[in-house]
Amino acid sequence: MMATLAFHAPKTLDEAIALLAVDPRAIPLAGGTDLIVQLRSDRLEPSAIIDLKRIEKLSGVRRHGDGFAIGAATPCTALKEDAELAAAWPGVVEAANLIGSVQVRNRATMAGNLCNASPAADSVPALVAAGATCLVVGTGGEREVPVKDIPTGPGKTSLKPGEVVAEIRLPGRVGGEGDAYLRSIPRTEMDIAVVGAGANLAFGPDGTCTAARIAVGAVAPTVVLVNEAGEALVGTRLDDTALEKMAEAVRSACNPIDDKRGTVEYRTAMAGVLAKRVVAIARDRAGEKA
Amino acid sequence: MSKLQVSTTINGDPQEFLCDPDTTLLDALREELGLTGSKEGCGSGDCGACTVILDGKMVCSCLVLAGEAEGRQVNTIEGVAEGGELHPVQSNFLELGALQCGFCTPGFIVAAKALLDRDPNPSETEIRYWLAGNLCRCTGYDKIVRAVQDAAAELRQERTPA
Repeated sequence: MMATLAFHAPKTLDEAIALLAVDPRAIPLAGGTDLIVQLRSDRLEPSAIIDLKRIEKLSGVRRHGDGFAIGAATPCTALKEDAELAAAWPGVVEAANLIGSVQVRNRATMAGNLCNASPAADSVPALVAAGATCLVVGTGGEREVPVKDIPTGPGKTSLKPGEVVAEIRLPGRVGGEGDAYLRSIPRTEMDIAVVGAGANLAFGPDGTCTAARIAVGAVAPTVVLVNEAGEALVGTRLDDTALEKMAEAVRSACNPIDDKRGTVEYRTAMAGVLAKRVVAIARDRAGEKA
Repeated sequence: MSKLQVSTTINGDPQEFLCDPDTTLLDALREELGLTGSKEGCGSGDCGACTVILDGKMVCSCLVLAGEAEGRQVNTIEGVAEGGELHPVQSNFLELGALQCGFCTPGFIVAAKALLDRDPNPSETEIRYWLAGNLCRCTGYDKIVRAVQDAAAELRQERTPA
């Protein structure tokens, strides 16, 4: 229990940034499904909580150029309600909707999932595979940062003091592209990923893979974008040799912990298995949108 | 620490209360407003015993700060029965014995009603996934799922009230 704690619910992002700037121990609150647990267990002892949910432009999904901008305070369940987003980026929307329960997903946000910086965050491998960026805003102005550059270790981010992720941006879609995310857990719901894998693929008219991004979670201190895995697929038609080379690259990129959820060997082997499965789903989805 | 004054609507009635900035909505409901139907099981969003409806969406009230409820609509287990008449989810829980100790029951009933409010004819799989965030350590889930199915049938007027 902290001695003094203030609660602010600003109506504008400028007000939120100003509140964070004057108080280095103030923290932004989005869905709260991680933050409030950490607050209650005294793992976080902030001086002020800045609720972002009253800031209108941080709630909801907007069109941004050819793509999408998802406000930092948008709950995961709201992503499913945007039919265009769900059709363009099913892997991202599904990943965000694997987190916790319905109760949790009605509150939890992808920006919070990212900034909580758990290596096992479900939405992050999907976002990294998608090539998503985020709009980071602070007193020094705003900058667009690849999602993959935000987490720097368990619970740690590259955000500077006073900065917040204001929105997550996904590119627009053309035909012949598809994405997918899967995770391995011992049960079917309500668990933390032992391994997670995301894929985002593009194909030419003849079925040759023209671009591929493969990202894995819970197998290293941060989500990992495995460049060699994507490169193993580009220029191929995803034959067995290419798929095995991709899976081997994924396994080589793993540096997991050994814990009650999974051993190093299990996580490493499963990363390769899940990568093959998400590539297959992403390919099918690309075919449907050809 | 200075108290927050919160004005909110609970089960349709305007309510005002004072709380500390780190008080959860669950603690405010139970300790400031005397609405002790919502339970604290885990306090970390895993068990769903504290499930309430916040602006139409079901959430764990242990993971909501009371200050966040300012100007919002909160619906709790206390508002599920209307005018002394049990909701079909409640009467079917009783009829089928879908509870033993009862600690998880308010959360299950609020969550099950939220499901049936949006989908009067969910499949068993949909019911099970929807209720995945509600844990029961007594009866097992089979009777709970069947009570929800019977309540759904009753609401669709395919069977007579329990």
